[in-house]
Amino acid sequence: MKEYFLILLSTVLVNNFVLVQFLGLCPFMGVSRKLETATGMALATTFVLTLSSACSYLVDAYILEPLDIVYLRTIAFILVIAVVVQLTEMFVHKTSPILYRVLGIFLPLITTNCAVLGVALLNIRHDHSFMESLIYGFGASVGFSLVLILFAAMRERITVSDVPETFKGPAIALITAGLMSLAFMGFSGLD
Amino acid sequence: MITAIVALAILAVIFGLALGYAAVRFKVEGDPLVEKIDAILPQTQCGQCTYPGCRPYAEAIAKGEADINQCPPGGETTIIALADLLGRDPKPLNPEHGEEKAKRVAVIDEQVCIGCTLCIQACPVDAILGAAKQMHTVIEDECTGCDLCLPPCPVDCIDMVEIKSTTDTWTWDFPGNLPENLASLANRVNPAASNDDKTSSPLEETSSKKTGTEA
Repeated sequence: MKEYFLILLSTVLVNNFVLVQFLGLCPFMGVSRKLETATGMALATTFVLTLSSACSYLVDAYILEPLDIVYLRTIAFILVIAVVVQLTEMFVHKTSPILYRVLGIFLPLITTNCAVLGVALLNIRHDHSFMESLIYGFGASVGFSLVLILFAAMRERITVSDVPETFKGPAIALITAGLMSLAFMGFSGLD
Repeated sequence: MITAIVALAILAVIFGLALGYAAVRFKVEGDPLVEKIDAILPQTQCGQCTYPGCRPYAEAIAKGEADINQCPPGGETTIIALADLLGRDPKPLNPEHGEEKAKRVAVIDEQVCIGCTLCIQACPVDAILGAAKQMHTVIEDECTGCDLCLPPCPVDCIDMVEIKSTTDTWTWDFPGNLPENLASLANRVNPAASNDDKTSSPLEETSSKKTGTEA
């Protein structure tokens, strides 16, 4: 139990996927203009990351390893991720058409979110068990959501504040992201 | 090598079946075309098109039951936008459904109002505020100027007032609303007229060309 908690803490804060490992920066910059969309994106990504992390573990442990075709890992994982994203897209389209419209192109683009593939591959590298992979994926997505929502809230304030002309727009957003990353580096002392 | 191909193929088939099932299970009802048509309509919910609101009218257009020229509040701009979306020729507004008027809001003469709540029930956008035997008033920002509250009023205390532009509300006209462009839009509506007109401006030429390619 304590082990699971440590994995969770490590993925959410210490080894945060966005700010410490720099994975999944595209949606981090792309969908963080409004808090609402960021929250929706965070939820969708949480769902996809957790599910694809578990699914890719199952595919690896019960199909790739017994058949000795682990060199197909990347392509098999991409297949799994694409299917999970497609499922999520259908589900969101059915349950919340408004969220579907707001997320727009970023929903199918979760497929290319490198954090998703990164989590699946890191699970294998760390020799995680099924539960550990599940927790790892969930922790990664919670960390992603946390950072995305915090960043979106900050960007909403920055747009209305008096930023020097040269720094307006993406420039100040990137600087903010850098400062956030610095702050998150401070969590490495928790080890 | 063979194992790899077979294994991946089987995996893909399983996922394909799962997705196929999900596509049936989470099938979205409704036509995306209806959404697009509905977005063009002015959302006054006035019912002048003989349908109970803008959405039912949009559904009727999508099914091909209704024509695109039945919306007086939207006027020519809406007809042309609909024609562009559906790839049809624009046509003039059908006079059976009313004529295009300037934007108006309802104003209740509060001295005369007896608080019967009949206009509240008639309002499609809930823009009238009031209670039984209390004076009613119209929330101007919500009012779409649809005239539906006029017939039920027993004391005729509702007036439709044109919105005059003030320094707060005035904006530049869209290029399409300038008088000379409106003339070219009219030509688009009657392509025959633009053919007779040999001295057409470049803008007219492009617009009539566009109609030609669509047809």
